Amino acid sequence: MPEFEPDQQPVATLDQVSIRYGAQEALRSVTATFLPGAVGLLGPNGAGKSSLLKGLLGFVKPASGRLRVLGLDVHSSPLKIRARLGYMPESDGHIPGMNAVSFVAYCGQLSGLPRADATQRAHEVLYYVGLGEARYRNIETYSTGMKQRIKLAQALVHDPDLLFLDEPTNGMDPKGREEMLDLVTDLATRKGVNLILSSHLLPDVEETCERVIVLHQGTVATEGAIAELKQRRSQVFEIRIKGDLETFIRALEAIGAECHGAENGTMRVFVPGGLGPRDLFGVATRHQVQVRHLRPSVPTLEDVFAEAIGE
Amino acid sequence: MPIHDPSYRRYTGSRNEPGSSWLIIAETEIRGVLRKKLFLFVLLASWGQFFVRAVMFYLSSNFSSLDTPALGILSPSVQTFRQFFELQEVFVLFVTVYVGSGMIANDRRSNALQIYLSKPVTRAEYVAGKLGALLFFLLLVTLVPALGLLVLQVMFSGSLTFIGENLFLVPAITLYAFVEALLSAFAMLALSSLSTSARYTAMIYAGMVLFSGVLFEVLRDVSNGALELVWLSFRANLDQLADVIFLLPPRYESPWMVSVLAVGTLIGVSVAVLKWRVRGVEVVT
Repeated sequence: MPEFEPDQQPVATLDQVSIRYGAQEALRSVTATFLPGAVGLLGPNGAGKSSLLKGLLGFVKPASGRLRVLGLDVHSSPLKIRARLGYMPESDGHIPGMNAVSFVAYCGQLSGLPRADATQRAHEVLYYVGLGEARYRNIETYSTGMKQRIKLAQALVHDPDLLFLDEPTNGMDPKGREEMLDLVTDLATRKGVNLILSSHLLPDVEETCERVIVLHQGTVATEGAIAELKQRRSQVFEIRIKGDLETFIRALEAIGAECHGAENGTMRVFVPGGLGPRDLFGVATRHQVQVRHLRPSVPTLEDVFAEAIGE
Repeated sequence: MPIHDPSYRRYTGSRNEPGSSWLIIAETEIRGVLRKKLFLFVLLASWGQFFVRAVMFYLSSNFSSLDTPALGILSPSVQTFRQFFELQEVFVLFVTVYVGSGMIANDRRSNALQIYLSKPVTRAEYVAGKLGALLFFLLLVTLVPALGLLVLQVMFSGSLTFIGENLFLVPAITLYAFVEALLSAFAMLALSSLSTSARYTAMIYAGMVLFSGVLFEVLRDVSNGALELVWLSFRANLDQLADVIFLLPPRYESPWMVSVLAVGTLIGVSVAVLKWRVRGVEVVT
């Protein structure tokens, strides 16, 4: 394991972790390090994101490997870990028959807060997530967006050191999604809460996280600071042509370029260092293809993701 | 400058050590049930027998000089306490179904298990909390009024003679009340953990208790008593054990150890089901 600066001690680590559900292998010998701050956990559906979070929570026992959270071993100290964790699950979850204040205060008590403190925190946290006016309503009458917010509130009530957010913007309208991402950003940047945000929505992760771990088919496809991962990419061009597209793509790949999104008409071409627009025009001329549009672009997280999972 | 900052604040207060979550769960369940008016009405009704027996004890203690045959019926005996439990069976069934059927099923329906288990709460603490709440109500309609009657008997008669002559009664009442409550509570919680519908769980449990009794009686009658499969019936096992615990002649010829084994097996199976079903993640293989 690598050594870290004192203020950069990892909040969670996985060492050769495999998780299986019967014959199905959700994680395959995964080694990953979650540094403090906001870390995005990206991957297509079924990549193993939720299994990884559930492994860190101690819900599933790994077939092999070791998981550590906040410096503690998940297998030997699950309760100490969960007392310092907040978990916002992907699916709707509440305790039937309770209003929001009772539910959040109850979660606070279960997390170790004295009753009076839990109740006070419940009111504060519900205001923070934007449910202040609806806090005496039965949760079963809440809309999807409100249910997402109440899940965040129950995860926050005991003031965790680390927050697991599993698809926090699922089912939210654009305004609600924006507000949820603002809350997540505020928690990570101004309130000093470390968080791991699992999502298949790249913009959500790009907007809120500094670092990312990309999972694909149960393995880590890539990881690092988002800014660095983007810089690591070569030049990007948006290009639209008229002519034999397949031949043109093969010719570009022959000179070391990568083409993405060709099916949309305008494709993104990643050109290795040393090559430029002149080379693209050269390839087009040699294959009698007309370039209708060529514009330099900037690498996005989507490009990093596409490359990592080999799309 | 705002007077109140509605933003998120870090918590600097004290925290309780993990381990007492089951008490919080039990307390919350009890509060939730006590808010239901129908249940309060039934709880009151379940104490009806207590009040009737209290009057009987009062009459037998204060009018003992009247030498009438009725006094013999009114006087307390070991049989009185055994009968008390027998008549409370209907309330035990109602409380078990009303309080217990939704305890885990509703949590499973609303995905609350993953919320509970993401807190510093073990699976055993979760089950203990639910079990504690159910036991509380079951003992409230069996153990508490039965012991209350014993206390009233002493108060009305002004002597400890009856208790002195039947010293085993306090442990017998306590033991049987716990056996009955534990069996009912474990069986109901196990069924509740298998479903996401409280109504369905209630029907299955009530059906199981009633059908097993009917099956036992039918087999016994058809075979003219030759086929007395006490272990088949939920209630027959408890009745057999009650007779043994209250030092009365067992009502069935079947060895009472068979009933002990049947009750133990049912509790064991229930614990295994709960261990299998109460998880933070649904594992589908």
